[in-house]
Amino acid sequence: MTTPASKRTTLSRAYRDGLAEEMARDDRIVVMGTDLYERGGHWAQVTNLGPQFGRDRVRNAPISEAAMVAAGVGAAMNGLRPVVDLNFLDFAFGAMDEIVNQAAKVRYWWGRPVPLVVRGTTGFAGGGAQHNNPIESWFCHVPGLLMAYPSTPYDAKGLIKSAMRGEDPVIFAMHKMQTGARGEAGGPDDLVPFGQAAVRRPGRDVTVVTYGVMAPKSLAAAERLAADGIEAEVIDLRTLMPLDLDTVEESVRRTRTLVVAAEDYRHGGVGAEIAAAMQETLFRELDAPVLRIGAPFAPVPHSPVLLDALTPGADDVERLAREVVKTRQ
Amino acid sequence: MRAHTIPAEGADAGIDLTGLDPAQARDWLGRMLLIREFESTAGPLATSGAIPGGMHAATGQEAVAVGVTSVLGPEDVAAASHRSHHVALAKGMPPRSVMAELYGKATGCAGGRGGHMHLADFSVGFDGSNGIVGAGLGIALGAAFAQGYRQDGHCAAGFFGDGGANTGRVWEFVNLAAAWKLPLIVVCENNGYAVETPVGDAMAGESVADRASGFGLPAVQVDGQDVAAVHRAAAQAADRARAGEGPTFIEALTYRHLGHDIGERGQYRTTEEVEWWQSNRDPIARMRAALEKSGDLDEAGFAELAAAATARVKDAVEYAESSPLPDPATVADGVTGIPLQLRGTQ
Repeated sequence: MTTPASKRTTLSRAYRDGLAEEMARDDRIVVMGTDLYERGGHWAQVTNLGPQFGRDRVRNAPISEAAMVAAGVGAAMNGLRPVVDLNFLDFAFGAMDEIVNQAAKVRYWWGRPVPLVVRGTTGFAGGGAQHNNPIESWFCHVPGLLMAYPSTPYDAKGLIKSAMRGEDPVIFAMHKMQTGARGEAGGPDDLVPFGQAAVRRPGRDVTVVTYGVMAPKSLAAAERLAADGIEAEVIDLRTLMPLDLDTVEESVRRTRTLVVAAEDYRHGGVGAEIAAAMQETLFRELDAPVLRIGAPFAPVPHSPVLLDALTPGADDVERLAREVVKTRQ
Repeated sequence: MRAHTIPAEGADAGIDLTGLDPAQARDWLGRMLLIREFESTAGPLATSGAIPGGMHAATGQEAVAVGVTSVLGPEDVAAASHRSHHVALAKGMPPRSVMAELYGKATGCAGGRGGHMHLADFSVGFDGSNGIVGAGLGIALGAAFAQGYRQDGHCAAGFFGDGGANTGRVWEFVNLAAAWKLPLIVVCENNGYAVETPVGDAMAGESVADRASGFGLPAVQVDGQDVAAVHRAAAQAADRARAGEGPTFIEALTYRHLGHDIGERGQYRTTEEVEWWQSNRDPIARMRAALEKSGDLDEAGFAELAAAATARVKDAVEYAESSPLPDPATVADGVTGIPLQLRGTQ
């Protein structure tokens, strides 16, 4: 997957590097959001892009999410390729109409591309209920939006590069706890296409489908399972819309079992769609019910012990993988 | 200034044509007649069901659309509200593609996927009417952002109503446009009623324009039933925008002759009030009177303009009625630019 130009970095820095490369090759790309120019965003996601590209292209915005996203939609309809950086994806609530009722509809009505990226950091962490909402599944329920959720530096860079060359509105999620996640990132020409899952670890016994912060947790679980001779195949979806069910199906046909691991609430999430699609397609080939890992249905609490109780972990993946394998025996 | 200050009584001082080219003024009258004829024809078709889903007519508000768009070229952008046949037609959309869209036909501007609240034609710079109150201004804001970024000398106009002036998003948009000095013309069509709620019941303060002035941009009230007055205010705003001096807020005081939607039987305003506006402040009758008074239009000239409007709308209806319906098999086509690989939808 890597080229001579690849290097070891963090997820946040890889995103920034990908965006910087695209900005250098395409002056239609502008970034707007709060605290971007000097601070580089709340997650170091655009560090130094301000001085590098100037105030016209890296714009500090008022805390007006509706205005930022509306400006992004209208500009995308008129020849620019804006990135609206919300810092926290939760702040999309202040611009939900602009995302759902405007950006997502324009192509369907008029065939007009809306090359807009709305980026936000998301997922469970300290800070309580209003800054940690898992909302990736909401956006996947809106026809007209794409949804990226990279779990590695390589994918963060490759996916933002693809998004900046695409024609669709993209919600670009990055998990808080992976801001500093280390790994290789690709070079200027290493794009990651939307709708193509990555098999992170091959295995014959059980398929684990995952994304975001649950990808490294699933890989950790797979290590523990391997110690007991259970070989888990770990698939990282990378984008949730499009959703690469072909790769999942091919794997499940071989392993005849499936565990879906997301941090999102189990109830009504993307994981439920994957489980439903696989039982529709593979009911007679499954050796065990499809099981899902996800958060209990509660707002994100403050106290660390409560937050731990909410947050799915490697243990959960390991436990459910053992359960489906045991069912088969 | 008060929220809605055109006196609902008193004599009409008339429209001042000073400095206007008579040919241009006649053209504006012709455009207003086209809009009036279009909606007068489409309204009953919506009531009868030939046009599905009803419609919001802007009858009575034609001068606002024609006056503002009179200063815009095809490279300039307009985006508007749920009540926007007048802006769409004034900006240059062909009546055929608008009517066919109302009919839900494949030849409509959105292929029958939009309806009367989702009209657009990018070739004439109309970036869409909008079903969400105040949201059209946001699209115009983005167009102005792109124009300002390119410094291409163009500008954008965003329309909304007095109802929109009570949404939070409108003021976020106005603030951003002012803070970033975007080439935007902000147009509030204050027609006195947000659906059925009178402005005075829903809004504190002196006026919408007064509220806007707090955002640090020039804000003016203009008689929205006077196409020449709207034109002059818009021309100043466009000059400012194109010179890089930032946005201008125009509150146009206007009145809709018909209900919020076609077929409405509202009890929220009196017949006398509606008839007064129709008889005393009709933007078409006023412009006709002014042109006749100045000697720039005679009976035959007016009849010619009216006949042209009638012919174009008749042609649009025939076109729409004879156009094919969209193919139901295409319902999920073109949702995104890349294939979604969804299952179970075929």
